[in-house]
Amino acid sequence: MKINLKVWRQSNNLKGQFEEHYIENVSEDMSFFEMLDMLNNTLIEQNHEPIAFDHDCREGICGTCGVVINGKAHGPLKGVTTCQLHMRSFEDGDTLVVEPWRAPSFSIIKDLVVDRTAFDRIMESGGYVSVKTGGAPDANAIPIFKEDADQAFDSATCIGCGACVAACKNSSAMLFVGAKINQYAQLPQGQVEHPSRVRNMVTQMDEEGFGSCTNTGACEAECPKEISVENIIKLNKEYLKHSLGK
Amino acid sequence: MQKDQLKIDYGYNNIEFNQFIEQHPVIPKGTLQLKSRGSLYYWYYALSVNVPNRVVYLCKAYIGKKNSLSSFELALLTLKNKYKKSNKKTILEDKVPDVPLDKKWSEHKFNMKLVNPANKRKYTVIVVGTGLAGASAAASMAELGYNVLAFSYHESPRRAHSIAAQGGINAAKNYQNDGDSTYRLFYDTIKGGDYRAREANVYRLAELSGNIIDQCVAQGVPFAREYGGHLDNRSFGGAQVSRTFYARGQTGQQLLLGAYSALIRQMNLKNVQFFPRHDMIDLVTIDGAAKGIITRNLLTGEIKSFPAHAVILATGGYGNVFYLSTNAMASNVTASWRAHKKGAFFANPCYTQIHPTCIPVSSDHQSKLTLMSESLRNDGRVWVPKKKNDTRLPSQISENERDYYLERLYPSFGNLVPRDVASRRAKEMCDQGYGVGETKLAVYLDFKDVIERNGSQWVSEKYGNLFDMYKQITGQNPYENPMMIYPAVHYTMGGLWVDYNLMSNMPGLHVIGEANFSDHGANRLGASALMQGLADGYFVIPYTIGNYLANQSSDLDIEHPNYAECVQENRDSIKTLLNISGTRTVDDLHKELGKIMWDNVGMSRSKKSLETALELIPKLKSNFWNNIKIPGLNNEFNPELEKAGRLIDFIELGELMALDALNREESCGGHFREEHQTEENEAKRDDDNYAYVAAWEYTKSQHVLHKEKLKFENVKLATRSYK
Repeated sequence: MKINLKVWRQSNNLKGQFEEHYIENVSEDMSFFEMLDMLNNTLIEQNHEPIAFDHDCREGICGTCGVVINGKAHGPLKGVTTCQLHMRSFEDGDTLVVEPWRAPSFSIIKDLVVDRTAFDRIMESGGYVSVKTGGAPDANAIPIFKEDADQAFDSATCIGCGACVAACKNSSAMLFVGAKINQYAQLPQGQVEHPSRVRNMVTQMDEEGFGSCTNTGACEAECPKEISVENIIKLNKEYLKHSLGK
Repeated sequence: MQKDQLKIDYGYNNIEFNQFIEQHPVIPKGTLQLKSRGSLYYWYYALSVNVPNRVVYLCKAYIGKKNSLSSFELALLTLKNKYKKSNKKTILEDKVPDVPLDKKWSEHKFNMKLVNPANKRKYTVIVVGTGLAGASAAASMAELGYNVLAFSYHESPRRAHSIAAQGGINAAKNYQNDGDSTYRLFYDTIKGGDYRAREANVYRLAELSGNIIDQCVAQGVPFAREYGGHLDNRSFGGAQVSRTFYARGQTGQQLLLGAYSALIRQMNLKNVQFFPRHDMIDLVTIDGAAKGIITRNLLTGEIKSFPAHAVILATGGYGNVFYLSTNAMASNVTASWRAHKKGAFFANPCYTQIHPTCIPVSSDHQSKLTLMSESLRNDGRVWVPKKKNDTRLPSQISENERDYYLERLYPSFGNLVPRDVASRRAKEMCDQGYGVGETKLAVYLDFKDVIERNGSQWVSEKYGNLFDMYKQITGQNPYENPMMIYPAVHYTMGGLWVDYNLMSNMPGLHVIGEANFSDHGANRLGASALMQGLADGYFVIPYTIGNYLANQSSDLDIEHPNYAECVQENRDSIKTLLNISGTRTVDDLHKELGKIMWDNVGMSRSKKSLETALELIPKLKSNFWNNIKIPGLNNEFNPELEKAGRLIDFIELGELMALDALNREESCGGHFREEHQTEENEAKRDDDNYAYVAAWEYTKSQHVLHKEKLKFENVKLATRSYK
């Protein structure tokens, strides 16, 4: 395969720009990142700076990776992270425009690498159940409806990659926050802190500069774990319930 | 000359010095030097030969006498003591309490010293790595009140590779009423590890396993449940009971997010300071004890020291020494290896686990391998065609032309034999020409029967994400065709040597999770890695760290020159790396190392292959130092520079792995020596001569072997049989 790559290059706080690379001998079985690895190897050999991109597990679970390919977060496939995207998903001769996540709350570190620590700060503000190590009751002491456990799991599969923010025209993090809040909301263990969790996480989300949700559903469409926008609906409901009169 | 005069001013006497050296032949030749730092002077001893740590700090210099001792005399005294210490024969003390097995941990917990709650915050503890073990340890110690600094090379603790564990976590809860117990989990783990683990540590692990599940459920980890609302279990290799708790195929992710939530809660309470994108590149020791670390900020290149009263390494395994493995791209041995070079012993490095169910390699461009959870072997059946070099499609091969070789060879465990056995048999089948697929390096894992029995809906609920992942990577639909699998490097049982307190031979340096060697012997059972990481982090280290710190003064000499010196050494070595500007890229040389390791120190090893490795690796090492090409600078985000530092450590480790494998003249678990096998091609142990932990000490000239004899007081050593 031959691929024409237009990739975003930017270092530190300098203004970035697209750089074009024409790559030959791309195999269909290569992953998208293996194609970039190959290109980087060539760039280094030719004394050029390699393209920086974030990645780690390459199994679609750690949430480290993510670039926008031809306008879509994590590329054209549904329910797949960038690292699990293979070149067989493209046609010979395709042009791929590759950009970092673009959002005011995610500053660019270098090329395709962005700073997503805002997500950690949101989690810090309440994304936990306050339980100390030791002294927990027997795991089967509180039975939980299978449906509830399954729903909690569906929300909990969020990998925190930030694709929802990148996909949203408002750079909203509602899907990310909604998923965490709903995971705990479905479980008896999460009830005690639920009202304050909702308020604190939403407040922190706003402070980090993430935008509002205008129900376009782009986040769900591009989420590699296919987290449902229902999480946002529930978040709005819970936020209304627990913020009024406070 | 001015310098010599200065020395004399501070009490130096050449005749006395020469006499002293003559009287103490153990001290290598060198000179006593006076060095200034700021306005003060310090005594150092510089060896004449150029070796690492050639200049050693002795003491602060002062004029005149204090306590009737001049600083020159004090320097000589310190020098004498230093060599007295280093010449003492090292004995590995496992520190296991001498009481019955089931009393050991509770006795030990009671006997350990405690740190007064009000004093805990005066102690700084560094945790390196924030995966399952590190995050749980950092959170639990912060809850107790210690001042915790946590470091990760990731941007967030949630990215650690613990997240990729799929299948589950073992616990002896006996919720299924199928006869499970602490003792059975202990026994299965010891047997699964081919009798090369320390009994006391394994028993404690089994004892704590239940608490982990309670803790995680309380944190809101959404484990799989039955319709009655109780927790569901499944079976894993090497066990005949159902004791594995799971969250679909994403157990590691859910457990890590649980530990992460505990950690960020402590970050929010300001009990933990977290340093993202910080790579630990060295360990600082003062008088032989771990007293801090040196880090490189991966965004700015800043190299900095962080002093602490104790250091805990939770930095994972070293499977990436093989280049292709199921580890994450950044997983590395650097923290452990650099601690090893500072004096921590590396134990059983040759014990590597090759996981039987991975997606086969498809091309030279492959950057990593992907695991398909062992849980698939619950319902999938492994087979190859009975005919050699059969190129027909699997659907064209009828039932009686298939060899379900695991079921044939091991009727009682069948497809659920331990990993080492399943891997070796798959390799054997392929080596004999029964392999399938284009490369012939694969066997089938077939779900036809279970799909017929329970329907594809049922299969999808249980294994959905694994099937999707397989389809995504290979382009094949496993609901219609059997999966193709082949073994791949997955986990490393070896690691830094630790005692019962999880402290290495170096005071203050603790090692937890995959980074230590202690619980899995020569082979780890499925779903036990998560269990060990969390047991160490939540329930062991928070106690044992107190026992160590209670004996330490809360004063920390943060001005000690070792910190500044260590920073400087690391700055220099990075400069050296960047100045090589050769022609080979890091990945290029890493692939070469991987090939040497896989071919010679891989799934089966022989004297010949190991000697080949020991010949090739030093050549690769010199190739690295002469030919590596690293673009960019230190003071920027430079992934190639990070990778280069990690690669050189892998190269050195690779050499030690080969050495260790060569030394171990037996086959056990993941270490299979072709010379030592039974007639049925099973691993043949030599308990008389090799029932020990091989703990290697780093010295400049060679690695020195220390042995910890393994005592089996409760389990009878037997040949492992899964027939």
